[in-house]
Amino acid sequence: MSDKTARATLNRRNLLALSGAVAASGALAACGGNTGRATSTTSSGASASASGSASGGAKPVLQQWYHQYGEAGTQQAVEGYAKAYTAADVKVTWKPGDYDQTTAASLLTANGPDVFEYGNGPTIDMIKGGQVVDLTGLLGDAEADFNPAMVKRMTYDGKLWAVPQVVDMQILVYRKSLLEKAGVKPPETIDELMAAAEKLNSGDTKGLFLGNDGGVGLMGGPMLFSAGADYLNEDGSFGFDNDNVVAALGKLREMFQSKYLLLGAPKDWYDGSALAQGLTAMQFTGLWTFPDLTKALGDDYGCVPWPAMPGGKKSVVVGAYGSCVSAKSASVDAAKEFVKWLWVDQTDKQLDFATAYGFHIPARASLVPQAKTLQSGAAKDAAAAAQEFGHAQSTILWTPKCSTAFGDMMTKVVKDGADAKAEIAKVKAIADAEVKRVLG
Amino acid sequence: MTTSSLPVDPSPATAATARPSLGARLRGRQNQNLWFWVFVGPFVLGLIIFIYIPIIWSIYLSFFESYNTVTPTKFVGAGNYLDMLKDESFRSSLGTFIVFALFIVPTTFALSLLTAILVARTRVMQAFFRSVFFLPTACSYVVAALIWKMSIFAGVRSGAANAMLGVFGADSIPWLSLTKPPWYWLVIVSARLWLQVGFYMILFLAALQRISTTLYEAAAIDGASGWQAFRYITLPQLRPTSAAVLLLLLINAFQAFDEFYNILASFGTYPPYARPPLVYLYYVALGQGQDFGHGSAGAVILTLVIALAAVVFNRFFSFRGED
Repeated sequence: MSDKTARATLNRRNLLALSGAVAASGALAACGGNTGRATSTTSSGASASASGSASGGAKPVLQQWYHQYGEAGTQQAVEGYAKAYTAADVKVTWKPGDYDQTTAASLLTANGPDVFEYGNGPTIDMIKGGQVVDLTGLLGDAEADFNPAMVKRMTYDGKLWAVPQVVDMQILVYRKSLLEKAGVKPPETIDELMAAAEKLNSGDTKGLFLGNDGGVGLMGGPMLFSAGADYLNEDGSFGFDNDNVVAALGKLREMFQSKYLLLGAPKDWYDGSALAQGLTAMQFTGLWTFPDLTKALGDDYGCVPWPAMPGGKKSVVVGAYGSCVSAKSASVDAAKEFVKWLWVDQTDKQLDFATAYGFHIPARASLVPQAKTLQSGAAKDAAAAAQEFGHAQSTILWTPKCSTAFGDMMTKVVKDGADAKAEIAKVKAIADAEVKRVLG
Repeated sequence: MTTSSLPVDPSPATAATARPSLGARLRGRQNQNLWFWVFVGPFVLGLIIFIYIPIIWSIYLSFFESYNTVTPTKFVGAGNYLDMLKDESFRSSLGTFIVFALFIVPTTFALSLLTAILVARTRVMQAFFRSVFFLPTACSYVVAALIWKMSIFAGVRSGAANAMLGVFGADSIPWLSLTKPPWYWLVIVSARLWLQVGFYMILFLAALQRISTTLYEAAAIDGASGWQAFRYITLPQLRPTSAAVLLLLLINAFQAFDEFYNILASFGTYPPYARPPLVYLYYVALGQGQDFGHGSAGAVILTLVIALAAVVFNRFFSFRGED
């Protein structure tokens, strides 16, 4: 009995200690409670407030959020763009870490951004939940000049919800010298790809790298596109319950079981080091790794679109960060003006952003010929492939819940060898319900 | 906290007869109540704001359809709960973690007890060994997870584990990529043990040092062997500590998140195997999918499961203690 009471007091004490720690951290957070929505005077001395439009003549303050771009100088560049804008006081926040999650959560509060970038534009639930503002008409005469795949991706219900900033792409990259030595041509079909990988595999240099999970997270989309399918059809109906896709996923399973697929590289597919360090002869990766690859390999690398299955299409996955305006912004109009100024009107800044730091493709077609980085070598081939084989990374109605179900399906099929047809049917049940929920 | 508001107390005689003011009575003898709240108040406040309000709000949200909002309007009753219970992925994550708990709780318990006993018996450099085993507790789960993933269990030859295999001429194993055999459990369990054993070892060590040596001396005189002394003195004397450690381990097992997420999450997805309930709920409610209704319902279900497990466990443990 006495020992029971002893435990009870200990528990209570623990509880208090715990809550004390929580309270203390809360206090610390309060000390650093800089939400960025400054109401103090700015450096120019003009009084600025969050509700700028209401305070007669004063410049509105806008919060603009970016995720952390890896390339040096990008942050300074976007801060420079913000400073150059005179109609509002734009403050740039550079957010490392789980950008998508923090941004999505912050849109629930009054402390979120006014202008923010989001991968492939806002999610369908942000649009449906009224968290982002309709940007229709912001592109003006330039609309035809923007990458049509991306404009379409960011359009829902006939309205535009984001302005594409720059186009990013993913493509199959290979070491020219290793292919020559093994006597293989850059692959055009999935079967050629597998044969080439088999031949290129030697000791600690593997044939192919599709990510440390064997392509489970990354290659689902490209394999659908290879098989001539997509996540959803134009009308929102389920897009990949057919035998071509079953066959395509079977190929991925075969690759996973082979000895030539690189698994468990120290840096995952989004970094070029597996290819650069000779851990693999071919790798699926992003255009953004090209500067690193050039530095490490010179011109000893080339790229081709992701090959096709019989009866399917080759593809280059394209995606774009889109600039969105939060509906909770105190100055929506000023925020829209700023988005138009930076991502529609200021073509020199767009070109600088796309090419001076990492390798991206400008979102406006008229700027692509001016992008010096894309005029030679593998980057030139990549840009051309994006024009010809570009396929949007995802469809807007494909919700996060669908993605999770899709990822589970991919793991079970590719890693465990589960029956693809049955697993696809499970995804279909979830996706159908989700599309119905979203549209309903 | 000035003295001006204290009751004037000119002489003990009048104080005994005069009724103290309301403020004085509220403050209690020697301001006991006042000091109680000065010390406890901030913690209670923190507890309410950061723990209780979120819990209540979460329960509230679990009855509503709340996509991308925390102030929902559409009441759905038990709909979210039914959805979550019907959700095969959620059920399988709960199932996996019951199995995981059944494995990891006894393992961590036994290892911590073993290290505690070994360290307690060490005559040389005891402080050194104690610190060495305890140090990993100070390491962040995220940091440890990344070290385990990227340098110890990297799938290529440069990873420490594979370099070791290479010495024996074996092929590299992609530890985290395969599901057959499930090497990923080796990575996760070893990281978890490394991080946790030290902390529970310290708890056991403190308890071991409180066992009176006279018990052992008496047992030695009676001719008890080492094992008998352990079985009939050490273990029973450790019972309160063991109960606390087991309960903490159990809760810890169900709350697993950090090392799992950082070791196994890949590009935009988390594999359906070894997916702790919290990781699944994270993807439902806090990832890109801001579905707080279902997320909260799942959290409530998980809490109930943990509470149930704890109650059952406590019952079991106290019954055994009373015979």
